[in-house]
Amino acid sequence: MIDLKDVRKSFGKNEVLKGINLHIDKGEVVVIIGPSGSGKSTVLRTMNYLEEPTSGQVIVDGMDLSDKNKLNEVRTEVGMVFQNFNLFPHMTVLENLTLAQINVRKTDKKAANDIAMKLLERVGLSDKANVYPDSLSGGQKQRVAIARALAMKPKVMLFDEPTSALDPEMVREVLDVMKSLADEGMTMVIVTHEMGFAKEVADRVLFVDGGLILEDGSPSQVFDAPTSDRTKLFLSKIL
Amino acid sequence: MDWNVITSNLQLLLYGAWMTIKITAVAVSCGFIIGLIVSLARMSNFILIRLIAKCYVDIIRGTPMLVQIFMIYFALPQIIGMRIDPYVAAVAACSINSGAYVSEIFRAGIQSVDKGQMEAGRSLGLTWWQTMRHIIIPQAFKASIPPLGNEFIAMLKDSSLVSVIGFEELMRRGQLIIAKTYAATEIWGTVAIIYLCMTLPISRLVAYLERKYNVK
Repeated sequence: MIDLKDVRKSFGKNEVLKGINLHIDKGEVVVIIGPSGSGKSTVLRTMNYLEEPTSGQVIVDGMDLSDKNKLNEVRTEVGMVFQNFNLFPHMTVLENLTLAQINVRKTDKKAANDIAMKLLERVGLSDKANVYPDSLSGGQKQRVAIARALAMKPKVMLFDEPTSALDPEMVREVLDVMKSLADEGMTMVIVTHEMGFAKEVADRVLFVDGGLILEDGSPSQVFDAPTSDRTKLFLSKIL
Repeated sequence: MDWNVITSNLQLLLYGAWMTIKITAVAVSCGFIIGLIVSLARMSNFILIRLIAKCYVDIIRGTPMLVQIFMIYFALPQIIGMRIDPYVAAVAACSINSGAYVSEIFRAGIQSVDKGQMEAGRSLGLTWWQTMRHIIIPQAFKASIPPLGNEFIAMLKDSSLVSVIGFEELMRRGQLIIAKTYAATEIWGTVAIIYLCMTLPISRLVAYLERKYNVK
């Protein structure tokens, strides 16, 4: 489903990705962990070309993302959830969910509304359809953001630290939605600091540091028997 | 104080004020469109387009509006070999001038919108332009309301400059009446009050819009 081939990314002289090779299968739930500044979010963001690699190849669902004509098409298949939600503040929750359906998928308004309402129900927010994002709590915002991405019926969902900006008591409600998605077989790539969630839900855990993947295995392999010293050090600090 | 000179000339002055409103409304509307296009051009991927837009803004903001009016009314006809109607010259000069300032207002407004908004739009598969149109510009516009109001007021006052090419708006009417009556105190006083009567409601309107758009 997703292939990264020797992906490198530099910001000026600073090389943040130093050759990432990665293959993710359909239906896999991959959690990326690592210290801040390790490049883990950058890896995720190359998967829909929000971050264009300096070199290397990104292939999603058989399409090379460097093909500018296909990029928008690929992006409709790749949902993204951001740390800061990035809901559209000037639109109601419902409009947030229908905008791209109507303008990209060319769904008619009524059908788009139906899809949106079903998704809001699913994330437990059908009563919030007509309010503006500002009146929602952080957890509610993030659930709306997930629903907005799902409204495009994506094949892959990317999560960039989805719970990092949330108050602790709201983390669970967002993780529950993500878990139910994983249980349904959605292909997911998640950058997170929620190690408990990683153990519970992930098929695979990647440890990224210094722009390289240092560890790649099942949660039990990575958490219980890490091979690199840096992984051991990182885990010893956070577990 | 000779009240008669005011009452007998008030109608002429008010007609001039109507011209001032007309020229300002047209100039700000055109300036709005020019400003939007130029602000987008300044973010273009093509360096030539960016450069042209930047030059336009620099030249207009860096030269007096009076010079711009003279350029259009006196210099341009020499170049194209055709006389330009004072009204057309006045509106053109004001629009071109306003466009430069409005483009800077929009640019600041667009830059004030969080970067994550563009990312969210693009991640949903919207094109750059769709994201601009549905997500960025509406939010940028909201942030632009107060400075746009200021620009409207400034334009209304600066439109008095076109009196120099003989276009009979409020300022020019005042001059003409004084040339006949020598009643400088009465007429300039009245002219000032009429300008105030036009600018104050605009600032009230802007304050109202600001409130309205802040309440979500």
